[in-house]
Amino acid sequence: MPENTVPSADNALLSETVSLRKIGRLERILGPENYRLLKGLLRTPASILGFSLIGLFILIALLAPVLAPPLNPNDPYKIPRDGFSAEPRPMFSEWRRNAPPLPFWWKTVFHSDQWLHILGTSQGQYDVYYGIIWGTRTAFKTGLIVVFSTFLIGVIIGSISAYYGGIVDNVIMRIVDVMLTLPFILAALIMAAVLTPRIGRSLLPSLIALITFGWMGYARIIRGDILSIKERDYVLAARVIGVKDSRILFRHILPNAIFPTLVLASLAIGDVVLSFAALSFLGIGTDIGYADWGQVLSFARNWITSLDRYWYIVIWPGLTLVLFVMGWNLVGDAFRDVLDPRMRGKI
Amino acid sequence: MITYIIRRLLLVPFLLFGVTVLIFAMLQLLTPIERASLYTRDLPKNDKALEGFIKIYGLDRPLYEQYWRWLVGVRDPQTGERRGGILFGDFGWSRTGSQPVAQLIAQRFPNTVDLTLWAVAPVILVGIWLGVQAAVHHNGWIDQAGRIFSIIGTSFPTFVFGLLVLMAFYAKLGWFPPGRVSDWANAVINSPSFHPYTRLLTIDALLNGRLDVFLDALRHMFLPILTLSYINWATFLRVTRSSMLETLRQEYVTTARAKGLPERDVIYKHARPNAMIPVVTLAGFSVVGLLGGVVITETVFNYPGIGSAAAAAASQLDVVTTLGFALFNGFILIVANLVVDVLYAYIDPRVRLS
Repeated sequence: MPENTVPSADNALLSETVSLRKIGRLERILGPENYRLLKGLLRTPASILGFSLIGLFILIALLAPVLAPPLNPNDPYKIPRDGFSAEPRPMFSEWRRNAPPLPFWWKTVFHSDQWLHILGTSQGQYDVYYGIIWGTRTAFKTGLIVVFSTFLIGVIIGSISAYYGGIVDNVIMRIVDVMLTLPFILAALIMAAVLTPRIGRSLLPSLIALITFGWMGYARIIRGDILSIKERDYVLAARVIGVKDSRILFRHILPNAIFPTLVLASLAIGDVVLSFAALSFLGIGTDIGYADWGQVLSFARNWITSLDRYWYIVIWPGLTLVLFVMGWNLVGDAFRDVLDPRMRGKI
Repeated sequence: MITYIIRRLLLVPFLLFGVTVLIFAMLQLLTPIERASLYTRDLPKNDKALEGFIKIYGLDRPLYEQYWRWLVGVRDPQTGERRGGILFGDFGWSRTGSQPVAQLIAQRFPNTVDLTLWAVAPVILVGIWLGVQAAVHHNGWIDQAGRIFSIIGTSFPTFVFGLLVLMAFYAKLGWFPPGRVSDWANAVINSPSFHPYTRLLTIDALLNGRLDVFLDALRHMFLPILTLSYINWATFLRVTRSSMLETLRQEYVTTARAKGLPERDVIYKHARPNAMIPVVTLAGFSVVGLLGGVVITETVFNYPGIGSAAAAAASQLDVVTTLGFALFNGFILIVANLVVDVLYAYIDPRVRLS
């Protein structure tokens, strides 16, 4: 823009042409607001690091059978044990018995036919490396299931609450209040403990527990968003031309209210995996020897006095969990920055 | 202000009712026989007597009847003694603790209070200080370091951090052991000459003039406090920082600067008090959270508070005990939240006027 010389009318025209810039297909599909979000997300170094970490873990989860071939392909989540002695064995010690098949890359990398415990074994000779690799699949599985279910329940209940309003809204929101009274991890712990004798030790008790006490936040957010969007002009316009209420809710309000919450929810995978690992760590949920990170870490609880010698039973699974959660948090942070109205126009 | 407090007080019975219903609902997932330990320590062995027992205590009755019995208890037909009844503080028999649940709670709760007492200052004050520094040096190296620190802090699971500090400070260096006190201190505490005035160990040790016991207890609490601080600092840093940045943008701050006040006065006398309003809420909730027992931290460090007791009972599937803890926890949280809300309204007039 040439400085000073342009009269104000032209100025307006110029800014008009600026908004007529080329709009790509992606932007057209997503709409300008969501496109701006996406673009902002891919800009900051922190979020790029976050995305790379998440990508790395997706890769590990996908390649699990190649990285650590299971002993029994029908039951890959069972960590193979090399004997039964309690004491952990150091990194790169030999696999004496019960060794799973060698991965094809093993010979080229290590020049031997002998499976090693790359990251050592934990209490009870569970292979740490195997637990971490297959634990990645467990993490994604639990994260996706819990996030999807809590989000769905939250959206349904939040919409009902906002849509009907009045006494329904009041009752639902008070139920939400009560369910939020107990600390999340304690409530989930109890729920899982109640369910375990009923449905047996598996992923299910913890999953159900995390879902039961996890939807309230989404319900609140969606309810608030719907209430504010309800007042917008286009909703009024739809109402004026006589569109049915349910259609207004599902076709006009929800699609506009849902996107930021959806992204926030998917970024909550990190937190969900953390809570799940915490429950496993406390000894709730899966069978002993199931490949999940909290379980692998919980083996360390009996070796606290000698953790300086057996550091590998804490450091590796711990680092894995931290990096996983950090990946989601980094992206989540960037997302919140982009979403902040004060940042609008800066990205 | 009065109307606000009254309105807030009216919420309490409702929340109490809600929490009891929630916990009662979870109890209903148990079989009648499992629920029996709400009322007795030893179940009759043979089937016939067992059936009679279930009849007497109404464990197969409709839900509202069971709920009522759960609240007020049942009179034993032979002795006429009241059994159960959470309103009278009887939460049933703890299978894993081999004592009444209420007694177990009474034993463990002072330890949790003790930990809270010593954790509050480092958690809150240092957290706020970090946040103010980050905001004042906005985008400087302190701010950047704070950012990285808070990302790592929020990503670090409590139990991983706990295990790491145990590895360094206990296994390697032997400075700070887990648990409550050393064996010799335990002997002192259990000796008849040691009076449990407050049942808070550190305070009692001081009141009894046993500085060595006091220091020993603090030494055992050091790692849990460190863990709680680290985990909470990240949150405090963020909230304080953003609130402080927001405040520093206000016009009255510019005015203060324009009339030539030293920067230190502008920040600490004009900006900081107003920036503290959201932080006070957070601080309130943190204290409440600490009081409710920090399940994972207490478990990692083997600290005998109510959080670790609840976790231990849950991992052995002793549901009656766990639910007893949850109930107690719910009561505490409701009362403490009430206090926080009222204090908050006292500090910030906008709350009570809305």
